[in-house]
Amino acid sequence: MTDLATTISALQLKNPTMLASGIMDEDVGSMQRMIDCGAGAIVTKSIGLHPREGYLNPTVIELEYGILNAMGLPNPGIDIYGKEIKALEKTKIPIIGSIFAANAKDFVTLAIKMQHFGANAVELNVSCPHAKHYGLEVGSDASLLREIISSIKHQIHIPVFVKISPNIMNLVEVAQNIKNAQADAIVAINTVKGMKIDLETGQPILANKTGGYSGKAIKPIGIRCVYDIAQNVDIPIIGVGGITTGEDAIEYFMAGASAVQIGSAIYYRGPEVFKHICKEIDLWLRKHNYKNLYELIGAAYL
Amino acid sequence: MNIPTITSIVTSFNEASDIKTITFTYPGDVSPGQFFMVWIPGVDEIPMSVSFATKTMKGITFRNVGDATLALYQLKKGDKIGIRGPYGNGFSLKGKHLLFVGGGTGIAMLALAIEQARKKKLKATVIIGAKTKNQLFFEGRMRQCGATVLVSTDDGSTGYKGYASELAKHVLKEKHIDAIYTCGPEQMMKTLLLYCKTIPFQASLERYMKCALGLCGQCCIGKGLRVCLDGPVFDGTVLKKIKDFGVYHRDASGRKILF
Repeated sequence: MTDLATTISALQLKNPTMLASGIMDEDVGSMQRMIDCGAGAIVTKSIGLHPREGYLNPTVIELEYGILNAMGLPNPGIDIYGKEIKALEKTKIPIIGSIFAANAKDFVTLAIKMQHFGANAVELNVSCPHAKHYGLEVGSDASLLREIISSIKHQIHIPVFVKISPNIMNLVEVAQNIKNAQADAIVAINTVKGMKIDLETGQPILANKTGGYSGKAIKPIGIRCVYDIAQNVDIPIIGVGGITTGEDAIEYFMAGASAVQIGSAIYYRGPEVFKHICKEIDLWLRKHNYKNLYELIGAAYL
Repeated sequence: MNIPTITSIVTSFNEASDIKTITFTYPGDVSPGQFFMVWIPGVDEIPMSVSFATKTMKGITFRNVGDATLALYQLKKGDKIGIRGPYGNGFSLKGKHLLFVGGGTGIAMLALAIEQARKKKLKATVIIGAKTKNQLFFEGRMRQCGATVLVSTDDGSTGYKGYASELAKHVLKEKHIDAIYTCGPEQMMKTLLLYCKTIPFQASLERYMKCALGLCGQCCIGKGLRVCLDGPVFDGTVLKKIKDFGVYHRDASGRKILF
């Protein structure tokens, strides 16, 4: 086996496959199962200050080439969810707490609590495409985003990752802004905003009408975003979007990602997908005479 | 693709007080114990176990308890709903004499399994439990397929007075039962699991569901078991290790709600 270890800021990962936010991370049991299935790190679902039910169903549908969802950021609130994170304190696998809020003050409160409950890093969700006042609405405001990141960096010592959206025109500018605010890594990309209309009723199927598209179809979009950021901004990148196989992950590493996140592929290949992808990465690296992952990162532009 | 297929209601009829069955055209095979995601456009999408199945038609039986079931309750012949599925694992019937225990609307999800058991010439004893007489349904249908039917009501208005699990306890003392299959209130099923000792046991669980694709994690119990995909039917040996069983479920936000 080749060395699949990777580093993102202060985090050491035994392998580069992380569980993406919002998938199988409802509680300690589901996250533990993903760890047992080989995930190199876990990103929690996005957590806010207060309990939030999210949207009514349909919230998730599977289309020809990907999955469309509009959950609406359901979560039990940080004080309740914190217990699920705390219950994972014995694991050696890094736990990254995903958080969302509408302003810097609430983001700071959440980040401090995440650190307190034992998270090894925080991931700022400033890119959810379907929640009013949150997510992408926050991430599209450059000065607010800078204020959020700087405020958090002054208050916690664990790394701060920022998950960004592909639904923006000025991607590199936003990435540079994130880097300037001292964030430790960029996670690219969140889902692509989309819609599915039922022909018989003439209605959008998702209760929220629009949602975020993930899975195989969005991989080229993610690859392009990672590549553009890696070429222009000196910051570690975690690639996410449509990674289903080891070769998909390799492509993201070549584009400049130091690690990858996996979500929809759990639908396509089951929870064991982490082990499968690691095995496939290992096979590919050996076949192409690489000794470790580091030699591969950024190969597409170096 | 996993998107709702639009179909029209063919029949809608009352089974008991506040309980209705609707049938609709939906081709394909269904294993007893599997469920559909039923979309009521503009209202909600909810999981519903399949209570009737032919090659071309399917049906669901439900109690009018919330916004979504109220909307279903009011639908008339010709109205449109969306169906996706079937999802989940279903029951696996093993043994010669099987005991089925349905509490509340639980009999709706057991019905196809009981009929399948009878088709295989297996002996089936069925306990149907309800709060009171006018909430009982499927008694005739189960007798018609050749099952021995026993009835319990909490208030004693008909049949055995008490919970279905207590009646099952008596049956287990008197008869040699090879396996137990149950669906109903979770605490009733948990009690039943205690009574059945080493007899093989399968229970169908209900949780708030969102994706039904094994992806979102909303319906997880124990160590990440997805009720939508790894269940909804679980073996007693698995359930004995699950702390949540009979204790709590989660609301839409993920907060624990005690049963």
